[in-house]
Amino acid sequence: MLQSPKTRRGALGFFSERLSPLETQKLGKKANLLRRDIIRMVAAAGSGHPGGSLSAADIIAALYFRVLRQKPDDPRWPERDRFILSKGHAAPALYAALARSDFFPASDLVNLRKIDCHLQGHPDMHKTPGVEISSGSLGQGLSMSIGMALAMRLDRLPGHVYTLLGDGESQEGEVWEAAMAAAHFKLQNLTAIVDVNGLQIDGFTKDVMNVEPLVEKYTAFGWHSRAIDGHDMEEIIAALEWSRTIPGPAAIIAKTVKGKGVSFMENNAGWHGKAPSAREAEQALAELEGKKVPGEGEPVGR
Amino acid sequence: MAAELPKPRATREAYGDALLKLGGLHEDIVALDADLSGSTKSGKFGGAFPDRFFNVGIAEANMMNMAAGLAVGGKIPYASTFAVFATGRAFDQVRQSIAQPNLPVRICASHGGITVGEDGCSHQSVEDIGLMRMLPNMRVVVPADYNQAYAAVMESYVLPGPIYIRMGRPVVPPLYENTPSGLGSGADILRPGSDISLFACGIMAAKALAAADELKKRDISAEVVNISVLKPIDEETVVDSLSRTGCAVTAEEHSIIGGLGGAISQVASEHIPVRIGRLGLRDVFGKSGLPDQLLEEFHLTARHLAELSGLVLQSKGC
Repeated sequence: MLQSPKTRRGALGFFSERLSPLETQKLGKKANLLRRDIIRMVAAAGSGHPGGSLSAADIIAALYFRVLRQKPDDPRWPERDRFILSKGHAAPALYAALARSDFFPASDLVNLRKIDCHLQGHPDMHKTPGVEISSGSLGQGLSMSIGMALAMRLDRLPGHVYTLLGDGESQEGEVWEAAMAAAHFKLQNLTAIVDVNGLQIDGFTKDVMNVEPLVEKYTAFGWHSRAIDGHDMEEIIAALEWSRTIPGPAAIIAKTVKGKGVSFMENNAGWHGKAPSAREAEQALAELEGKKVPGEGEPVGR
Repeated sequence: MAAELPKPRATREAYGDALLKLGGLHEDIVALDADLSGSTKSGKFGGAFPDRFFNVGIAEANMMNMAAGLAVGGKIPYASTFAVFATGRAFDQVRQSIAQPNLPVRICASHGGITVGEDGCSHQSVEDIGLMRMLPNMRVVVPADYNQAYAAVMESYVLPGPIYIRMGRPVVPPLYENTPSGLGSGADILRPGSDISLFACGIMAAKALAAADELKKRDISAEVVNISVLKPIDEETVVDSLSRTGCAVTAEEHSIIGGLGGAISQVASEHIPVRIGRLGLRDVFGKSGLPDQLLEEFHLTARHLAELSGLVLQSKGC
């Protein structure tokens, strides 16, 4: 059984338990809910980044609804695990997960990017409960995660830091400064997850500026690293579990599909930073709900 | 001033000494450096508190973001490297992850200005004050001597938000007999006067006093104001001085754009528009040479300050 966000967290022992088929299915449903939220939010905002939010939805669902030890009613609980969204443009996925974990009302989601809403275009740690750091300028999250992990180690806090990066983001040189440092400082409480959706604004990552082989790169930098299917819930959970047990920083290279779950957005760089029209949003929601006829989805938020 | 003044010392020495002192007083202080801990003097802290000292190697961007992460984690991080790298190389990291989230990171940079000397323009920072002044939330501090630098670093522990403190490489003559309890408003009238205000920061404060001596020989009464906090600048003291003298010269080891000259001109233009001459690098980069040769070449001397004061006074009130 999935436990409620308020009570589930704090049980490290669950890592010894295998994910049951029912739990896998329920996490999949949570990821689907995040995807529908993403579409509704970005459509309502009229701008935003659906592609990279959808590719990260399964990973973020696994973290927020299974792995992270947090207290939504006490967002700054010192012993919590930290999730750092280094690829800050996937903010809609993070906001949906925070709302569906009761950090703030889900009714806020449709006000993404609006002038008086706390949900900024990119995450702001002082505006949105549950957002650990402000991000948006790519390449900085892993370095900040190292600082947080060091602070937690100095304070002997038990939490673990999970940081999500993009594959395009990995073109930033600072990522590799950080990769060097995390291994150098032997950070056992840090996991980097790379959402390898293979696309960036100007096209395929392999064409714009190839970042592969990422597993080998992280290994060469002194990390423990492994590749997974970033849409396979069992693989995601197993990797997140593994990363917490090894004696040093861990990298999970997650192969994903940009725009995952919405046929016309999948593997299309054009949907990196473009909002769907009302009609496109309806079709996307219908697909995500498993309906064949467009136009029967939940109403698009206004 | 008293007869027994401390000997000339570099402001960066004060950073190393004060940081070491602070480290013993406060467990939550951590320090970072980017392979310059011997030059910035952060190595003193590193030697005493190795568990709380992080040398990141030659990776300033990573250092600034690590400092931000440590601050998020409840620490008070002191990050140091040369001023040109702290503010230029890592500007986006400072902007996005320190200034915007208003985190209590103390960027304590050494080797500000052209007195870096022989290393030349690649290592001389003449834009750092401007870069840091532009950032919302950022407090910008330029101490004038060892004692003031020591006070600035000690005081920084209790202040909120991000702080940039600019230290220098060369030894500088003492201005403050004892270590002040803090910087106060950041605008100290070192010598009152009535004909012209000399606003100076860093090494130029001592030169402003020498310039005032020169001017006195010509029966000109110059008021010397050491501006150690360039942001938020003490507008009241600046306006008050300008209202008494009616004109001013600014002096800084920095570009005349964006630094002290810019700050004083901006205050004046809003409250008391008067003639202001600006002594500093006139939109040029530095070059190699001995510090004193460079100060002469770029007109950062008491003589040049007095000359410019004379020119400004000639057209006072125009």
